[in-house]
Amino acid sequence: MGDVGTWLQVLLLGLPATLIATVGGIVLTVVLSFVAGLALLSPSRAVRVISRVYVEGLRGTSEVVQLFWIFFALPVLVGFQIVPIWAGVLVLGLNHGAYGAEIVRGAVQSVPREQYEGALALSLSPVQRMRRVILPQAVVEMLPPFNNLFIQLLKSTALLSFVFVQEVTRQAHDVLIPAFNPYVFPILLLTLAFYLVLSLLITAGMRALERAAGRRLGRGAVPVG
Amino acid sequence: MSWDWNYVVDVLPALLDGLRITVVATLLGSLVALVLGLVFAVLMRGPAPVRIVVRALVEFVRSTPLLVQVFFLFFVLPQFGVTLGALVVGVVALGLHYAAYNSEVYRAGIEAVPRGQWEAATALSLPRSRVWTGVILPQAIPRVLPALGNNVISMFKETPLLIGIGVLDIVGQAREAGNTSFRYVEVYTIAGLLFLVLSYPAALLVRRLERRVGSI
Repeated sequence: MGDVGTWLQVLLLGLPATLIATVGGIVLTVVLSFVAGLALLSPSRAVRVISRVYVEGLRGTSEVVQLFWIFFALPVLVGFQIVPIWAGVLVLGLNHGAYGAEIVRGAVQSVPREQYEGALALSLSPVQRMRRVILPQAVVEMLPPFNNLFIQLLKSTALLSFVFVQEVTRQAHDVLIPAFNPYVFPILLLTLAFYLVLSLLITAGMRALERAAGRRLGRGAVPVG
Repeated sequence: MSWDWNYVVDVLPALLDGLRITVVATLLGSLVALVLGLVFAVLMRGPAPVRIVVRALVEFVRSTPLLVQVFFLFFVLPQFGVTLGALVVGVVALGLHYAAYNSEVYRAGIEAVPRGQWEAATALSLPRSRVWTGVILPQAIPRVLPALGNNVISMFKETPLLIGIGVLDIVGQAREAGNTSFRYVEVYTIAGLLFLVLSYPAALLVRRLERRVGSI
């Protein structure tokens, strides 16, 4: 058996980049999901069309292509290169934000019509209506699909190894595999385990949010699916 | 540096050749995923040890990156004496990864079949295999076709990560061309458009199917 401690240390060197990409990507995803998702429901046709083009365009092309486009093609057009890790965060956010927009749109639309009518009858302003009545109920619906989306995003951070980001997968592929070739089996198993733990952490965090959001609505225990 | 149409014409055959590889990988990978996913879903209703092992495998595959799984098969299989070409490894990895996702889809479809159907099949003392093929699956599968279709489209867009093991798909060809010509804007824009041209109509088709069968 090789030296598990050494492998772990080498993989841990990649952890900061993986974490920055995941957390940064999630933050950008959430912002874009809400902006684009609510824009899909806008009364203005122009706003809806712009948002729809963003959503379909990003969902219709491949994430790897988007990454290479931002990393290799964009610098040719704008004249400067984005730092690889931030190019990664940008692509992860833009791509998953397009999927998240549909989650937000679906959840807002699933709030019963009576809730809109009730808020209207109380003469709440459109902003109050959204913020105080519709969104708190919609958010509860959004959390489980967002959990899946965030895990997808975490898994996509491995793609950043293609653009020279020193994250966990690149550490395994470029450092460990050439150095400890007879031990690829335990090394890659360890690498997979790294991501499994991060996925479980995301799920645990989202479950806690689900319970908190449910309590806020006075729903008590939310069934854990 | 402006857009060069002559270069686009020059590079297009290579990109289309890459597209062929992408489509082949997607179709074969989907075939594996559709069959294996169904096997997983049926096993998940089997006796406890089998159920637990399959459940754990599915969760593990779904929680870890496809790229690392691709590396895993590519580097580990030869150590056990199994040497496969990069494209074959890619098809197996894509198939296994999406089989995990498809098994969840099938499971939802199977659970949506009313209990009475199981009871009726049992009352008719149909053999177990006949219950599945004659009663349950014919009702479960049509309802989940849109979700299975979506997974095919997702796989199509994920095949480019096979460049990690040297498969020359659309993106592999685009990268080779870009690295010699430095015309990154042209190659990656065309690569993106090729994906869009195939996946967007496919997505519209799936949505139409969704409206027809009603989603679950």
